[in-house]
Amino acid sequence: MMEALKHFWQSDLAWSWRHSTVAVISTFIFVLMMVAAFGAPLIAPHNPFDLATINLLDALKPPAWNSEGQAIFPLGTDSQGRDLLSAMMYGTRVSLMIGMASVALSMLVGIVLGLVAGYAGGRIDAFIMRVADVQLSFPAILIALLIDGVARAVVPRELHEHIAIPVLVGAIALAGWPQYARTVRGSTLVEKNREYVQAARVIGISSPVIMFRHVLPNVMGPVLVLATVHLATAIITEATLSFLGVGVPPTEPSLGTLIRIGNDFLFSGEWWITIFPGLALVLLVLSVNLLGDWLRDALNPRLS
Amino acid sequence: MAPILELDNLSVEFPTRHGTLKALDNVSFSISPGEVVGVVGESGAGKSLTGAAIIGLLEPPGRVSGGQILLEGRRIDQLNNDQMRLIRGRQIGAVFQDPLTSLNPLYTVGQQITETILAHLSLTPNQALIRAIELLEATGIPAARERINHYPHQFSGGMRQRVVIALALAAEPKLIVADEPTTALDVSIQAQIIELLKRLCREQGTAVMLITHDMGVIAETADRVVVMYAGRVIEVGAVQDVIHHPQHPYTVGLMGSIPSMVAHQKRLTQIDGTMPRLNAIPSGCAFNPRCERAMSICRTERPELMAAGASQAACWLHHESHKAYV
Amino acid sequence: MTQSMNQGTTESETQATPLITVTDAARWFDVSAPWLERVISRKPRTILKAVDGVSFTINRGETLALVGESGCGKSTIARLLVGLYDLTRGEILIEGQSIRTLQGAKGKALRKRLQMIFQDPFASLNPRWRVGRIIAEPLDAHTQMTRVEQLVRVDELLRQVGLDPADKSRYPHQFSGGQRQRISIARALAVNPDFLVCDEPTSALDVSVQAQVLNIMKDLQRELGLTYLFISHNLAVVHHVADRVGVMYLGRIVEIADRDTLFADPKHPYTRMLLSAIPDIEGSGRARTPVAGEVPNPLNPPSGCTFHPRCPFVREQCRHEAPERIIFKGVEVACHGVAQGWPMLVN
Repeated sequence: MMEALKHFWQSDLAWSWRHSTVAVISTFIFVLMMVAAFGAPLIAPHNPFDLATINLLDALKPPAWNSEGQAIFPLGTDSQGRDLLSAMMYGTRVSLMIGMASVALSMLVGIVLGLVAGYAGGRIDAFIMRVADVQLSFPAILIALLIDGVARAVVPRELHEHIAIPVLVGAIALAGWPQYARTVRGSTLVEKNREYVQAARVIGISSPVIMFRHVLPNVMGPVLVLATVHLATAIITEATLSFLGVGVPPTEPSLGTLIRIGNDFLFSGEWWITIFPGLALVLLVLSVNLLGDWLRDALNPRLS
Repeated sequence: MAPILELDNLSVEFPTRHGTLKALDNVSFSISPGEVVGVVGESGAGKSLTGAAIIGLLEPPGRVSGGQILLEGRRIDQLNNDQMRLIRGRQIGAVFQDPLTSLNPLYTVGQQITETILAHLSLTPNQALIRAIELLEATGIPAARERINHYPHQFSGGMRQRVVIALALAAEPKLIVADEPTTALDVSIQAQIIELLKRLCREQGTAVMLITHDMGVIAETADRVVVMYAGRVIEVGAVQDVIHHPQHPYTVGLMGSIPSMVAHQKRLTQIDGTMPRLNAIPSGCAFNPRCERAMSICRTERPELMAAGASQAACWLHHESHKAYV
Repeated sequence: MTQSMNQGTTESETQATPLITVTDAARWFDVSAPWLERVISRKPRTILKAVDGVSFTINRGETLALVGESGCGKSTIARLLVGLYDLTRGEILIEGQSIRTLQGAKGKALRKRLQMIFQDPFASLNPRWRVGRIIAEPLDAHTQMTRVEQLVRVDELLRQVGLDPADKSRYPHQFSGGQRQRISIARALAVNPDFLVCDEPTSALDVSVQAQVLNIMKDLQRELGLTYLFISHNLAVVHHVADRVGVMYLGRIVEIADRDTLFADPKHPYTRMLLSAIPDIEGSGRARTPVAGEVPNPLNPPSGCTFHPRCPFVREQCRHEAPERIIFKGVEVACHGVAQGWPMLVN
């Protein structure tokens, strides 16, 4: 294990990371937010969901450095009296969880379909790609809205809250798979004709085994870059959907929900309720995007 | 006669994050007017890099780190890109390996040739067109008058290479650098292209630096040959001498590993090991770990080119003090 | 070890049944434009006849070389022989068993006997797998060996091709081209095949490295009683390795002969042209036929004898009629001139 880590540290990728100020700072910010988000139950100053601790009298308090603010609410409180910082930490957790889950699901579906399309060719390839093409002509938000709407119509009201998050994850995932499928299909088409695949066929290895054992490891490169960019998109999509009110249920607010809630108070002077979650969202998405950019350049063999 | 091209202790370096790699290490040889000099070596020997350095097309971060390149007595390794542009085409022509990528697919063959002519010679456009057609005819392309308006993709591989040769000769350069001009072509086409290159250069008195790994092509085309190994020149001599009486142990091994079409050999001569990577070049003579006749001095002192038979070889075996061992 | 089982039968040179029998093999590729485009511009289907009626045999323990230039179909034949392509027409028998059975249940046993070595040493090994796993893959597919037994066998194979058993934990990119080709050879030999198809195995290698690989291949052939089909465009290499040589042009075989006979006394005009096109290192002063023209587009081959546009001995008959293969002085040739004894061709 130590050997592998040491080996990685000396690799070109690690060197490139060390020498890219942008990459280092982005990673730092991202890791910080991850810790804040997933460590929220342990390190958040308050629990914004515990009704016992919330006092309506604390509502709409400004950030601590403001003359009317209080130190125990560093970034102020919202209309219910919940501490904004804690709500943001839990909110980031929700955003990240949904973002990562949808990216993972999207990758799974996209990679498998891309591999099958590229390797099998012919009608299967044509069919999968046409489905992807059709889907790509719809904006992702629209698709997510569509799936969400259908789910709400089909599922009885009581279960809405339970299935909201899985449906959300599914919707965002479904909107994103064509990108992976296309990329993987392109790489598969190239790798399919390379001699090491032919060698495996001569040995008598079956097609599915060749696809997953031989071809897959060699097409993953561009997928990772795509995944980081997609993570940013997924988080934004979720935030948008939550902002529109069709995302996560109000009991588990994400950053998008907080932004929406705060939006109503923006012009009455309580700016912090929307601005801070907004800033957090921007910071999160920006760091992920910049990391993705760096990764794409670092993995590109031509740039030296 | 003064040489048309002279390489004087040329060194080329590549700074990398692991350290500076010396890709060419004190390479020296010269080419006389009208002469065909073959530069031969295996992959990684530095022959293509030498060609690139001469034409001024070293890819950064590679750079000339020592020595000089003299064209007709004038230094050209220190020139900037604009000055090199005037030299390329007019004084030095280039023929590369892949005819598909050497020609711009968006312009007709005629446009590309006349562009070169007009850039370097003071002719009217009409005169340039006539000259372009003449060149195409000289390179053996049938119906040159019609084909001058064709695009590169309308020519076959061998025809395209003829066009590339016409392009290289268009501005009447004194030297042509040809880097593996026939490697990508079929055997029967190779013969035609080599024949063409030889004939045209002889007619125009153009010198040729022919870079290749194929000893057969050298045997048929070159007057003299330079053998390179690990970025160094290890043998220079007249073609027949080097091929039939190789002096350096590497050249001996190289000639022995070429299968013969006449003799029946049970085994081919084998040089064990591989050419060292640029970041692991042995001290002393670069070939010493693989040499059967290595002496202790070979491991510590790098030999210069010295007289060896009718040629020159960079090998301590040919030093006066060791001649007894040869 | 099972190697001795292969060697037992190499004694007899005059084997009754050749190991490989190819009869009128053909492989056509449909390279037509997409359906819609064809309908709109009323183009007919375009068929590439990469191999169009090839017949030959290979005896056990011998090396048959197939030479030719680009587009002649030699790579396609290589792939037909190991089942990478299906036959459009004709038959290939490996000791009586048809290649068409490769897909079925009997196919597995047949696959064990055939292996292939590819041209590109960089692409024929999966860059993400370790060398040990690459060589052991056939063992996984064809034997019941345990992991430990496999490791022993991999070590043995690495030593046989002149590499170090410690290399099995390295990745392909850590090796040179020649070493990768040896790894390919080790993989091909893992399950003790009888027959190896070698598709330009040394064309991408430097000359001194090529010598190493060719020496190993010859040694292994002797030790293990292997039969080779050796594809190459390099006649000097072919001269070194082959027992018999077949010359191909645009999907057909134009001449097959013993190595010495072919090089000393080529019959077909194309063979003569090929031999004279090769640069002459030794200055042997052989008589040369001038080299003319280029290989035509395989999608649109010339009529009659496909070589007629470039043939210095062409006559009217050649433009209309494709020549049959005849046997002339122990050599199989497909040429009207040779069959009818035209001067300059037959002496």
